[in-house]
Amino acid sequence: MVSRDPRRERITIAILALGGQGGGVLADWIVALAQQEGFVVQATSVPGVAQRTGSTVYYVELLPADAAESREPVLALMPAPGDVDIVIASELMEAGRAILRGFATDRTVLIGSTHRVYSISEKSALGDGRASSERILEAAKTRCARFIGFDMEEIASRAGSVISSVMFGALAASGALPFPRNAFEKAIRSGGKGVEASLAAFAAGFEAADAAPQAARTERTALEPTTPAGAALADRIARQLPAPAQGVAREGARRLMEYQDRRYAELYLDRLDSVLAVDSASGAWRLTTAAAKYLALWMSYEDVIRVADLKVRESRFERVREEVRAPHGAILELTEYMHPRPQEICEMLPASLGRRLRGSRRAQRLLGRLFSKGRHVRTTSLSWFFVLAFLASLRSIRPRTLRYVVEQQRIDEWLALARSAAAAGRYEAALELVECQRLIKGYGDTHERGLASYRTIVEHWPALQARVDAAASLRRLREAALADEDGRELSEALRLIAA
Amino acid sequence: MAERSFASEVEKLRLGAGERFHGEGILAVTKALLQAGVAYVGGYQGSPISHLMDVFADANSLLEELGVHFESSASEASAAAMLAASVNYPLRGAVAWKSVVGTNVASDALSNVASGGVTGGTLVIVGEDYGEGSSIMQERTHAFAMKSQMWLLDPRPSHRLIVDLVERAFELSEASNTPVLFELRVRGCHQTGSFIARDNKRPPMTVGEAAANPRRDLDRIVLPPANFLHETEKVEKRWPAAIDFIRRHALNERFGANRSDVGIIVQGGLFNSLNRALELVGLSDAFGNASLPLYVLNVTYPLIPDEVERFCAGKKAVLLLEEGQPEFIEHELNTIVRRADLQTRIVGKELLPRAGEYVAAVILDGVSAFLRKWAPDIAPTEESRDEPALAPALVPARPAGLCTGCPERPVFSAMKLLQKEMGDFHVSADIGCHLFSILPPFHIGNTTMGYGLGTAGASAFKPGDRRAIAIMGDGGFWHNGLTSGIGNAVFNGDDNLTVIIDNGYSAATGGQDLLSSRADNRIRRTKHPIERAVRGIGVSSVSTITRTYDVAGMRDALRRALTSKEKGPKVLIAQSECQLNRQRRVKPATARAIREGRRVVRERFGVDPDTCTGDHSCIRLSGCPSLTIRPNPDPLRDDPIAHVDNSCVGCGVCGEVSHAAVLCPSFYKADITINPTAADRMKARIRRFVIGLWQRRSARALAARAF
Repeated sequence: MVSRDPRRERITIAILALGGQGGGVLADWIVALAQQEGFVVQATSVPGVAQRTGSTVYYVELLPADAAESREPVLALMPAPGDVDIVIASELMEAGRAILRGFATDRTVLIGSTHRVYSISEKSALGDGRASSERILEAAKTRCARFIGFDMEEIASRAGSVISSVMFGALAASGALPFPRNAFEKAIRSGGKGVEASLAAFAAGFEAADAAPQAARTERTALEPTTPAGAALADRIARQLPAPAQGVAREGARRLMEYQDRRYAELYLDRLDSVLAVDSASGAWRLTTAAAKYLALWMSYEDVIRVADLKVRESRFERVREEVRAPHGAILELTEYMHPRPQEICEMLPASLGRRLRGSRRAQRLLGRLFSKGRHVRTTSLSWFFVLAFLASLRSIRPRTLRYVVEQQRIDEWLALARSAAAAGRYEAALELVECQRLIKGYGDTHERGLASYRTIVEHWPALQARVDAAASLRRLREAALADEDGRELSEALRLIAA
Repeated sequence: MAERSFASEVEKLRLGAGERFHGEGILAVTKALLQAGVAYVGGYQGSPISHLMDVFADANSLLEELGVHFESSASEASAAAMLAASVNYPLRGAVAWKSVVGTNVASDALSNVASGGVTGGTLVIVGEDYGEGSSIMQERTHAFAMKSQMWLLDPRPSHRLIVDLVERAFELSEASNTPVLFELRVRGCHQTGSFIARDNKRPPMTVGEAAANPRRDLDRIVLPPANFLHETEKVEKRWPAAIDFIRRHALNERFGANRSDVGIIVQGGLFNSLNRALELVGLSDAFGNASLPLYVLNVTYPLIPDEVERFCAGKKAVLLLEEGQPEFIEHELNTIVRRADLQTRIVGKELLPRAGEYVAAVILDGVSAFLRKWAPDIAPTEESRDEPALAPALVPARPAGLCTGCPERPVFSAMKLLQKEMGDFHVSADIGCHLFSILPPFHIGNTTMGYGLGTAGASAFKPGDRRAIAIMGDGGFWHNGLTSGIGNAVFNGDDNLTVIIDNGYSAATGGQDLLSSRADNRIRRTKHPIERAVRGIGVSSVSTITRTYDVAGMRDALRRALTSKEKGPKVLIAQSECQLNRQRRVKPATARAIREGRRVVRERFGVDPDTCTGDHSCIRLSGCPSLTIRPNPDPLRDDPIAHVDNSCVGCGVCGEVSHAAVLCPSFYKADITINPTAADRMKARIRRFVIGLWQRRSARALAARAF
């Protein structure tokens, strides 16, 4: 919008940061740097409530002292769109915000961290609410004079410091300010707090900004069998299933062998065969491929046995140790937050016993008393560990449990529904029915809510199947079910479809 | 200020004549007060003037040396009433607060002090929280200046000018016996800059000396007949005296070339943005050498008629940059121009937006439109604006939220859980961090009526069987909530529940101490429990939860209070320390203990990626910044999974929520014992050995049945 005045001598910098990321520290460093290099400098910001998880803009203007002579310059208190030379964004969406607000334009060197700090709307979605990083990256690359982007948070954390130091390093490396590297380092030293860690992160940021852009993400390597049983299943998949479904099916088979055993994985493939029978190449085998994914997920439903099994594994202990960054020599103890309810207890018993207990009011009262409260399970203590280990060992009797019987029945009904839709020529609708499995996830109330939504949608299938927009309606209903927790959107969508 | 130190800022206050001060605008004003020989200072903290209060609170020894009295006032009303000290005595006094809200609270005392008039210079420093980043209703302090007749200064953002104006403002106040409002905008408060300091000045008379020699003047008291006298005095004496002073000392400034056809009048606080806009269209430079005349109103009330007349005379049109509405200055300018029978057109809100902050782009557009119409020879050419590179929907908004580990979070998690059980509540919210409950993910709170007014805001509801809930913070409680809320509820026989968030600090304004703070404070008296005050005023149904992080306990306490048979107001005090301030204290102490080799147990939480199914119920009940999402490592799943990042402070709410809500078993707590004792190590070794044996065996079995 504004063309640059050739006589213009000032440098304008906008910093977009989130509360706690050290945007203010970065602005202070730039002020110290400019002063020490003989510039007149002014910084300002509007923190206020934005300090609490919101985004804040810090704005800095620099003017060479010789241009100022002894007069006092009038420096602006806020960036004007199209008038910012350097934008430093502490996070990818903040870089996006800088572009959106017109700060980062074709005159701008945009220095932005590419990591994500998800906003509450993205985090709290029932499914996947994440904004598109690709769109922001593309705009940053194409709309700015220069884009220096890398994961600065990762580098900061490796250097044991905060992101502001890395951003300062990237600013130094960009050459956008007419100061040498050691001047930047001097500014950090003059700050006086955590100097060594800051300098290390500064150096890491400097080098990363200089380095070539990151390599593209590596594709997931194909899953190779490690056991004879696995090889046999892999062989069966290769022989029976169409190429697009094979990768997912191998993943599914792997999952179910680990979840239960080889026999269960074979049941999975048998079921896939039944779907394949109504699928065709004209649909690019999408039905079988989708079924391979969602069937594996449903068959590996989360029960007490599964959770206990995952919690006591050696690999999990190692993963946690790494994730919580327990220093060398520290002792790690783990506590789980478990809340088995009477219902789940009945479901892990053999089917007939489970049903009987579920039906008995006295048993329910007793169980209710025993399992009314959540348990803090100290997995690293011997007693609790072996309780969990015992529960995990119930895997061998899983096929006889009530939950197993119930889930297999649900799965068969679901597949039968999808098959009949496909057989009736409603291929897209069949696909949508298969994808409805996505609604069923989680534990306890979450699981019940998802299952209820699933049932609501499936129950409407008979009324929908004659309609031309059956597939689109199913999709709309599924999306509505994922829009809120209390089913308002779903009821509204059902009302609209019925109308 | 229990957990923060402002020692380096206090050092700046000690700078002597000729030394250069570098720092933020609000600190420059703080220093200017001492240079002007202020005798007493008070105020109430709040963005953007918290810094002034905080630094003074830490500067006790300096203030004692100088004989300056400083008070952390209980409210803006207390602070404004303190100005009574300048009515009879030549004491310079200053008070500070966030405006317009603080001015609202203070207005009773302000009206009184403005009516009777002052002998000593009195300054009311208002941080005008308007525009970007503001958390309050968008109104103008200007209206208060007009209705009570107090002069309003809106200085051009330059430290040198602002510091001089503080001194001048005291003189103006004394010359016209009128309090002066010294308005600073948010950006101006945080603007860095420098000026050459002068020595601090001991007040010629201290508050102690004044108190020792009482003086009385019946004419200064607002009671008939003096109140009628005051009004006449305002018009006949004080107003002309102020006009004369402002003119004589040239408090308003002129910039730019003498062009005869057009000019711009601007509020001082907007000058830098205006100059930048002019610079961008080639009509000014970095030193304000504009190619058209600019009249800068460092005093926005009153206007100086003959200065305005001189500026407007002969001009076809004058643009007025006046932020906010109603456009009081525009009305006044039109009156002046009309009375002087000038034919100059005053162009203001007809080309500029009536509402909203005058940010750079708005000013640029307004100035360009004005010039195109009235001075086409210098007007910038109209350029089409580029399509924005991104659609707004692509960049998610970031509403403010509670900090990581905030003790208020579990209160709202518990309320959300209870709503699932009992249906939605009517919640009267208050001012403070807890107001973030109205935002995602909690969506709790129906109204907010002002600081400390949560309970009063629910008082119309005399429930049959469904009680309303009021929220009040400890800050609001001591500000006025004890009387206006709790006392009112007792007297009127309310049956509602008030939840008082007692986190030990005035947290939202920066962590200042309060009457009920649990910390020791050298110069203030703390440790007065809220529960005692509440019982003292007549509430019998009071309970205190001392660990809010117990979500189930919190939920049960709320349920009890909402369903109890007992009539009368119920108070539930939710008491856990503000985490932000706790961390300020605990973090360095823990680091020191670890360095010294002492045994330290650090807690943090995590989510097992293979049991999390990506429903995010936990996030919807918590919203903790450290509880976030990450891509699902499971190749078959698409939805991102929950994840606790390294900013976790181990408060435990995520685990407790998942417990109370029966969510999922994915959360774990990790107790990390650093520098373990020999006994710790022995126990750990035994466990590791036994568990390790089992784990290795089962890992082999798992490998055998693997794919």
